[in-house]
Amino acid sequence: MVYLTLFYEFLKTGLFSVGGGLATIPFLRAIGLETGWFGEADLANMIAISESTPGPLGVNMATYVGFESGGILGAIVATVGLITPSVIVILIIARFLQKFRHSKAVESVFYGLRPASVALITAAGIGVATVAFSHQVPESSMNQPHIPSILLAAAVYVAMTYTPMKKWHPVAFIGISAVVGIVFQF
Amino acid sequence: MNIYLDLLRTFAKVGVCTFGGGYAMLPILQREIVEDKGWATSEELADYFAIGQCTPGIIAVNTATFVGQKLKGNLGGICATIGVALPSVVIITAIAAFLQNFAHLAVVNHAFGGVRACVVALIASSVLKLAKKPLQDVMGKLIFAVVLLLSLLGSYVPTLPVALNFLTSPVTLVVIAGCWGFFLGRMKKEDN
Repeated sequence: MVYLTLFYEFLKTGLFSVGGGLATIPFLRAIGLETGWFGEADLANMIAISESTPGPLGVNMATYVGFESGGILGAIVATVGLITPSVIVILIIARFLQKFRHSKAVESVFYGLRPASVALITAAGIGVATVAFSHQVPESSMNQPHIPSILLAAAVYVAMTYTPMKKWHPVAFIGISAVVGIVFQF
Repeated sequence: MNIYLDLLRTFAKVGVCTFGGGYAMLPILQREIVEDKGWATSEELADYFAIGQCTPGIIAVNTATFVGQKLKGNLGGICATIGVALPSVVIITAIAAFLQNFAHLAVVNHAFGGVRACVVALIASSVLKLAKKPLQDVMGKLIFAVVLLLSLLGSYVPTLPVALNFLTSPVTLVVIAGCWGFFLGRMKKEDN
């Protein structure tokens, strides 16, 4: 049953994605590969839509995936699944906050988790790049590198890292990229 | 106003004002929760954020649960959490429904072609910022390399033996990395 699967998959995502926001992406990618509900290109679209709309990124992603796979009820089920572990864990931790904050064991666990989280997001990013940078050759199932996409990504990266535009919100770059995509027929 | 409703309403406002989540939420929380409502101090907020980073789940959700719990116990925590998630559910559902009807248009496809390229740049930029601290020492780099290698193996080699395939799932990798850190900490303690 799709709702049960949605709930279970997002419960897993909520329980194991540490560090918020982008940390959910590797898990979503795994869900897509496993269930076939969405592909790599859909994932990239979802990230863009979640970044361009209000609300926490992870919640937006859960709602979007849930809606695409199970309608409005799916959206609600996926979101509830995602936030349930957080709520339970925090309600427990809130009782012994200071002890948790200064625990050596917790610190050690996170020493291991942080680089792992960066690695997982990197791998997911490579997956998204593979799709974003290759377009289907018309009338065949072959893919070929799409140079304009690579140039656009490089331009956005340079603009948001090395120019005064780095103060801009990501949604501005997403909007501009959409216009570039339309004008140059990506 | 009923305090539970107030929690729901205030955190819904925070949800609407946050683009992208995580740290983008801090200034809005500061204004709404600390200055306007006096539900928490700046120091508490900083603590909640630090803990939100080292607990599973979405930081925005974790912070909402903390503030609500502090104010009105478990039910308060749940109300604040529903509040912060509610705007997303409504807005994203509307957008997704809209896109389902227009996804076949060429202009929408071209737009998303551009947007996908942009997303790669956004992820790259976030990853480089995130990587600064955890990858400073050799062990951090080693954990990064092992996890990256295994997860790439999982994505690009479709016919892995079952045991190895299990090793490449993000859940397994997170558990392994957590244990790795834990035992490293234990070994360091014994050395001292």
